[in-house]
Amino acid sequence: MKLRLKIWRQPNATEKGKFATYDMDNVSPEMSFLEMLDSLNGTLVEKGEMPVAFEHDCREGICGSCGLYINGHPHGPQKLATTCHLYMRVFRDGQTIVVEPWRARPFPVIRDLIVDRTSLEKILVAGGYISVDTGQAAESNTTKIQKENADESYDSAVCIGCGACVAACKNASAMLFVSAKVSQFALLPQGKVEAKRRVQRMVARMDELGFGNCTNSYACEAECPKGIKITNIARMNREFWKAKVCGQKTV
Amino acid sequence: MIKQSSLTKKFIMAFAGIFLVLFLLVHLGINLFILPITVNHQEIFGQAVQFMTSNPLVKVIEIVLFLTFLIHMVYGIILQIQNWIARPKRYRREGWSQTSFFSKFMIHTGIIILIFLVIHFINFYFVKLGWTAPPTGQAPVLGDHDFYHMAVNLFSNTTYAVIYIVLLILLGFHLSHAFQSAFQSLGLNHSKYTPIIRWLGYAYSVIVPLGFICIPLYFLIF
Ligand code: FES
Repeated sequence: MKLRLKIWRQPNATEKGKFATYDMDNVSPEMSFLEMLDSLNGTLVEKGEMPVAFEHDCREGICGSCGLYINGHPHGPQKLATTCHLYMRVFRDGQTIVVEPWRARPFPVIRDLIVDRTSLEKILVAGGYISVDTGQAAESNTTKIQKENADESYDSAVCIGCGACVAACKNASAMLFVSAKVSQFALLPQGKVEAKRRVQRMVARMDELGFGNCTNSYACEAECPKGIKITNIARMNREFWKAKVCGQKTV
Repeated sequence: MIKQSSLTKKFIMAFAGIFLVLFLLVHLGINLFILPITVNHQEIFGQAVQFMTSNPLVKVIEIVLFLTFLIHMVYGIILQIQNWIARPKRYRREGWSQTSFFSKFMIHTGIIILIFLVIHFINFYFVKLGWTAPPTGQAPVLGDHDFYHMAVNLFSNTTYAVIYIVLLILLGFHLSHAFQSAFQSLGLNHSKYTPIIRWLGYAYSVIVPLGFICIPLYFLIF
């Protein structure tokens, strides 16, 4: 396959960036997107140029570090796939591919395609935990949990925190991420203890970090590589009001 | 207000929106009597106007309505500005194919509706208050409360009628996203009811503007 890549190049956080164009001749359709970038970097290094910096780790869709905005889609055009699971066969021969970093005020570019996603971490620190002593692995079924709740909690917990929802959202809102984290705990008895405090703190932190406000445009759900549902956002809204109305004065 | 939580703002937006949606139904219900749907439609319309302009309870609701409009506007603008700030650098290739279409234009349709609202107030509400003169037209002397003839006059003006129709179509766009969105913001998302709410919203955003549009259309055609 022949491809033309337009990639955002930015030497560091402070300097201005710009798009650079690279033509590639021998791209195998079986390559993953990251492997294609690796091969590009190989040629760049040979030519004595700086390789394109992009983040990656597991390359199996679980760490959430490989987020790239490819042709107008976070993680590229394929549904339910991270960039590392995106294969070149979904592109046409001769296609131009525009590769950009996540764009959001809370995600400053560190270099080229790498952004600082610490903001998501900060939201988790604000409340994405439980402090109940769960002890040793208990006898199964000692804590009764409805099957539906367990399933939904699990479906929310598969969020890998890649930030695609923020990148996809026209408002750079992180509500899908936050709501997934709120939901995963709120649905289980162990998470109930801190439920009221958690949702208020996480939402407050999210606002403070400068994420946008959700306008229910639902691009996040469509683009999420893990299929996190917007029903989580509705649940977060409910949890928030439950906490506001029935909770303590201060959080 | 700016410091309020994002969820609080969304909640207020949604509440205000739902109130406005209900108000629009009442408004349409009365307006339809401008059309000859019954023999004594003009009389019924007159009675409705009489009630709306004299009843003390309506006066209270009127104030609430004004505040609701104001809140919905102010919050809408604050939220939008915050959302623009949240993405200082835009994408080169913005592929928001997955973004619900009309949600992208809420601020635009909203502002156009606001402009229309001002015109609407000058034409009707301020006349009632005696702030502006009743519009002049073919009809003889109009009383301050003769909304029937004021409306007939305005709608006989083709330019006004066309602007009115275009505006209501834009209102329909605004509503088609707004309706289901309000429920989601309030946290009311349910596998059984959300599909119903969606269809209800689409139906509402087609039927209600269409109802309003019928009136100038009638005067344009007949
Ligand atoms: S590299 Fe870990 S999810 Fe893609």
